[in-house]
Amino acid sequence: MTHPVDPEWPLYEIFVRGRRGLNHVHVGSLHAADDEMAVRNARDVYTRRNEGVSIWAVRADAIAASSPDEKDPFFAPAADKVYRHPTFHRVPDDVPHM
Amino acid sequence: MTDEARVAEFEATIARHDRIEPRDWMPEAYRATVVRQVAQHAHSEVIGMQPEGAWITRAPSLRRKATLLAKVQDEAGHGLYLYSACETLGVSRAQLTEKLIEGRQKYSSIFNYPTLSFADVGTIGWLVDGAAICNQVPLCRTSYGPYGRAMIRICKEESFHQRQGFELLLTMMRGTDEQRAMVQESVDRFWWPALMMFGPPDAESPNTAQSMAWGIKRDTNDELRQKFVDMTVPQAERLGVTLPDPDLRWNAERGHHDFGQPDWDEFATVVRGGGPCNAQRIDHRRRAHEDGAWVRTAASAFAARQREEVAS
Ligand SMILES: [Fe+2]
Ligand SMILES: [Fe+2]
Repeated sequence: MTHPVDPEWPLYEIFVRGRRGLNHVHVGSLHAADDEMAVRNARDVYTRRNEGVSIWAVRADAIAASSPDEKDPFFAPAADKVYRHPTFHRVPDDVPHM
Repeated sequence: MTDEARVAEFEATIARHDRIEPRDWMPEAYRATVVRQVAQHAHSEVIGMQPEGAWITRAPSLRRKATLLAKVQDEAGHGLYLYSACETLGVSRAQLTEKLIEGRQKYSSIFNYPTLSFADVGTIGWLVDGAAICNQVPLCRTSYGPYGRAMIRICKEESFHQRQGFELLLTMMRGTDEQRAMVQESVDRFWWPALMMFGPPDAESPNTAQSMAWGIKRDTNDELRQKFVDMTVPQAERLGVTLPDPDLRWNAERGHHDFGQPDWDEFATVVRGGGPCNAQRIDHRRRAHEDGAWVRTAASAFAARQREEVAS
């Protein structure tokens, strides 16, 4: 019985948690035949010098992203909402602990 | 958006020294230049494993063997970081490998020289990785985001490469007369090819101006070469070796060392494929790629069957 074989392994994006208490951070990518190989190779490529305590490998084609442009109207709603920032709200200087 | 508006936005990003990211619009020539430079860099990391890798089984102690193995493994990782950066521009890793094997993309001329003695492992770490560091540190600020991020990872690892090489040579220099002679002979062979790593003189480097305008390159070839010579001279003194250049001397007026020019005809020959090891390096890479084909196919088949079993 023959199986269709994909000649090029899928691309995975790799995220590493540097130490407990930190978020996983994107560190790079690699190709692997399956999830298990992706995690194992990520360990060998991205954590050879104690750079991490936990790895996420995510297939690149499973990532949902905002539109192709890195800065576009998608992010515009945040621009005119200055009242979301603490400094927008004036409080007298002599109010302690604020 | 109109074409002019997109060009203006691209140029404004470059002018701010901000980064270009993969899905941004970019001029076709910018994309092609980044692909060419990053691919050449990636290939250099991968081919660069061969001259040193040849000594892994013959390292004189377990410590030197473990160190050399770790160093060569790092270079494989550097190749991977850079191939990944290149892939963000829509070129596949398989295409890049193909182009290397077919001789349609280049790698650094330095790796076409043979490693004749174990001292060469030290000399490569000291001079070749040293020159690579000079080249790579400014590239951490290159305008193409993924390339810069790959360079940051690489630079963190390069310091180990240079130091293990220098320490190896220092150990040999503290040994017998024979060992000291081995170090000197090795340095004599690698000095000029190391200077060639920065590329042809600025006057003969037609792409430099455009690459600098786009922020892909941050310094000219001659600037980097000068920096490398200035860094290396005091290290050579400390090591007790002579750099094989009769014109090498401190110029107090310039505040830099004057030095002779490498044999640029030899450089051109090596780049065209006529160096001592060009054919051997590509043959070896091709063989490794072809011998690994069944492993890649088997892993894909295994993954496909696992998926089927989960599905059923
Ligand atoms: Fe490297
Ligand atoms: Fe290196």
